[in-house]
Amino acid sequence: MTAQLGHHASPDEAIAARSNMLLGVKLGILSEAMLFGALFAAYFVVRADSPGWPPISGFERPELILPGLNSLLLVSSSVTMQLAVRAVRSGEGSRMRRWLGLTMLLGGIFIAVQGYEFSNNGFGLDSGIFGSTFYILTGFHGAHVLVGLGLMTIVMNRARRGLVSREHDTALEATSYYWHFVDVVWLFLFSTLYVL
Amino acid sequence: MSAMARRSILPGPGLTRAVLWAAIGFAIGAGALAFGLKADEGQIFGLGYLFALFGFLLGIGAFRFWLTWAAGREIDVHEEHAAHGRAGDWRRYFRFTTDHKVIGIQYLVTAFLLFFTAGIAAMFMRFELAQPGIATSKDLYNMIMSTHGAMMITVALISIIGGLGNYLVPLMVGARDMAFPKANALSYWMLPLAVLLVAINPLLGGFDSGWTAYPPLSQQANLGQQAYLMAFVTVGISSILSAINFLVTVFRMRAPGMSLLRIPIFVWALTVTATLALIATSVVAAAFTMLLFDRLLGTSFFRATRGGDVILFQHLFWFYSHPAVYIMGLPGLGAILEVVPVFARKPLFAYPLAVLSFISIGVLSFMVWAHHMFVSGMAEFFHIPIMFTTELISIPTGIVFLSALGTIWMGRIHFKVPMLWVFGFVWAFLIGGITGVFLADVPTDITLSDTYFVVAHFHYTIIGGTIYGLFAGTYYWFPKITGKMYSERLGRLHFWWFSIAFNATFLPMFWLGIEGMRRRVADYPTALGTVNLIVSIAAVNIALSVAVFAFNMVRSWRRGAPAGANPWNAQTLEWQTASPPPIDNFDVIPTVTATPYQYGSLGSTAGEGRAAP
Repeated sequence: MTAQLGHHASPDEAIAARSNMLLGVKLGILSEAMLFGALFAAYFVVRADSPGWPPISGFERPELILPGLNSLLLVSSSVTMQLAVRAVRSGEGSRMRRWLGLTMLLGGIFIAVQGYEFSNNGFGLDSGIFGSTFYILTGFHGAHVLVGLGLMTIVMNRARRGLVSREHDTALEATSYYWHFVDVVWLFLFSTLYVL
Repeated sequence: MSAMARRSILPGPGLTRAVLWAAIGFAIGAGALAFGLKADEGQIFGLGYLFALFGFLLGIGAFRFWLTWAAGREIDVHEEHAAHGRAGDWRRYFRFTTDHKVIGIQYLVTAFLLFFTAGIAAMFMRFELAQPGIATSKDLYNMIMSTHGAMMITVALISIIGGLGNYLVPLMVGARDMAFPKANALSYWMLPLAVLLVAINPLLGGFDSGWTAYPPLSQQANLGQQAYLMAFVTVGISSILSAINFLVTVFRMRAPGMSLLRIPIFVWALTVTATLALIATSVVAAAFTMLLFDRLLGTSFFRATRGGDVILFQHLFWFYSHPAVYIMGLPGLGAILEVVPVFARKPLFAYPLAVLSFISIGVLSFMVWAHHMFVSGMAEFFHIPIMFTTELISIPTGIVFLSALGTIWMGRIHFKVPMLWVFGFVWAFLIGGITGVFLADVPTDITLSDTYFVVAHFHYTIIGGTIYGLFAGTYYWFPKITGKMYSERLGRLHFWWFSIAFNATFLPMFWLGIEGMRRRVADYPTALGTVNLIVSIAAVNIALSVAVFAFNMVRSWRRGAPAGANPWNAQTLEWQTASPPPIDNFDVIPTVTATPYQYGSLGSTAGEGRAAP
């Protein structure tokens, strides 16, 4: 992100640093995708093994309304994120901050709703394999949402200080990749854990 | 000014502060649970470790630039420059230094220290196994055996790619550093605490699951086991970070003119290795995390009594750990192929095919994992396809082998120490490869599973592939890294002593395995006593020969003859700069005009500014 060896970056170096960083983020996301892939694989294996789902009667699968609402929130937040990216590309700093702020708000509501849902589910992490798979998948995803919110807070802070602009948008661009990834993972989660 | 004021209150970023903050972190993490909530010792220890790791990294200064950046403050250019390290300052090796050459040496020295420690553990094992019956104690044996395995796996995973790779890849592709120097230093500094955790696990009760950590054994309460699991996940995250760094460096930072088929073969091998590490490691991290959750948070992923699946762990584990065999092996093969043309004075035979083979080994390695599970009770229909893919992988491996042999064929061979290790590799890896076929075949595997046949096989592949490659590479690049020449006589002594002792140790183990000696067990039938005694005596000789190596390295580094920039007349870029290279690697970034293996043809040059032979 900054020039190597502490020199001030020449334009060429800055372009190279930007594309290096974005490639690095994409590769990191690939590794993250494998992490969720492993968790999903575990989920499908135990679910295929078990006679019914939930395997033990007495637990209810969570209802669809709140997580459905949450899906809408997260998908919209991807849209607002992309609008923020477009705003910075056309050099409109204050519009970018508004869209980014809205994205953070949507992500924040998502986490709050999920927290509410967690506390009202009739099962916990230790409720057999059903609870284990449900909470590790949604929990890991929730942690990623929190990381995304943290990254956006940093970008927002830098934007307020005038450090994010058309020429310096690497951090925002990288954060947007990550945020879209988190969004896509949720869609898989929603369709397998809740709907299927 | 404010930075100066801050520095006067606390010790500056460095090891002292790192240790201090790690201790404080552990106290906070463990204390919060110990006093605040009802928690068992595993949970207390787990949160303590997490905080300690974070405190250590904070203290060493791993995050200071990123925190400054995140806060939107100006990064102190002088401080950043200082973090890159000054030539000739030994303290940079104990600091958060971003120079890839420093990080390479940090990795290499760490790996060799681990190698020696794990070797001492092996000596203990051979002491116990020298005669039938129990000389020490079964529990102690299990503990030491597991520690030996865990440490040697780490050595095989990090020594070549982390050590030689970090040092050499930027030099070999003509870059001034890795793509992300700070992330590079971070991946190294995640290791010390994890390695320490593995080393001290006997104090925490040890673990006896071996490095594979199969549940349900690994679920049973024991802090030593938990220490191993946490350390493994830490090493995994570090290797993912480092893999990203390697890939971006190789794809984006090559010198002008270095097209894909002009990349040195060692760099190609590391590129495939990094890809495997990037894709596979998070799967094992997930598996070990689930295992830790089973232990600490009451989940039941691998608890059959509560709907979990024990075999699932083995699938997830080997989905990483079989590619990991190639994460260990490919860098060794790459180092071997890099050394061969230089000492045969011939172009690398079938270079494009060798590249293709590395890539196909990488792809196939994801389709063979279940051959570790033929006797585990996994689904029956899975046996034959996995047997087939496993045997398929011997084709690209064979091509890599042929590439080495084809280069040697009709070459003008210089029998220098690195080349001796190449010949040692050819012999050892051949045996390792051929015996692998017996273990890939389902019927023979069912008989040979969990016997010393397996032990002999994987020592022949990992020592034959990785450690022979590591020694070949270490001798070959020693003059570049230190600027000094090693002692050829001591090197030869090391090679012959090691090779004879190594073969005398592991060749009889094939026979022991066929005779039914079980691996991972402290005792065996009385009839096998004589052979085991011979094996133990031979094993001591491996250790002694490695002591010669250590002596040679330390003495030559201190007072070896100056080596000059290019003692081997090699054509890859790292030899076209001073030994050791200046802090920015090259005065002028070279332009590449040909493949780096134009030996034997007149007037060929790999890079501009190459010294005349």
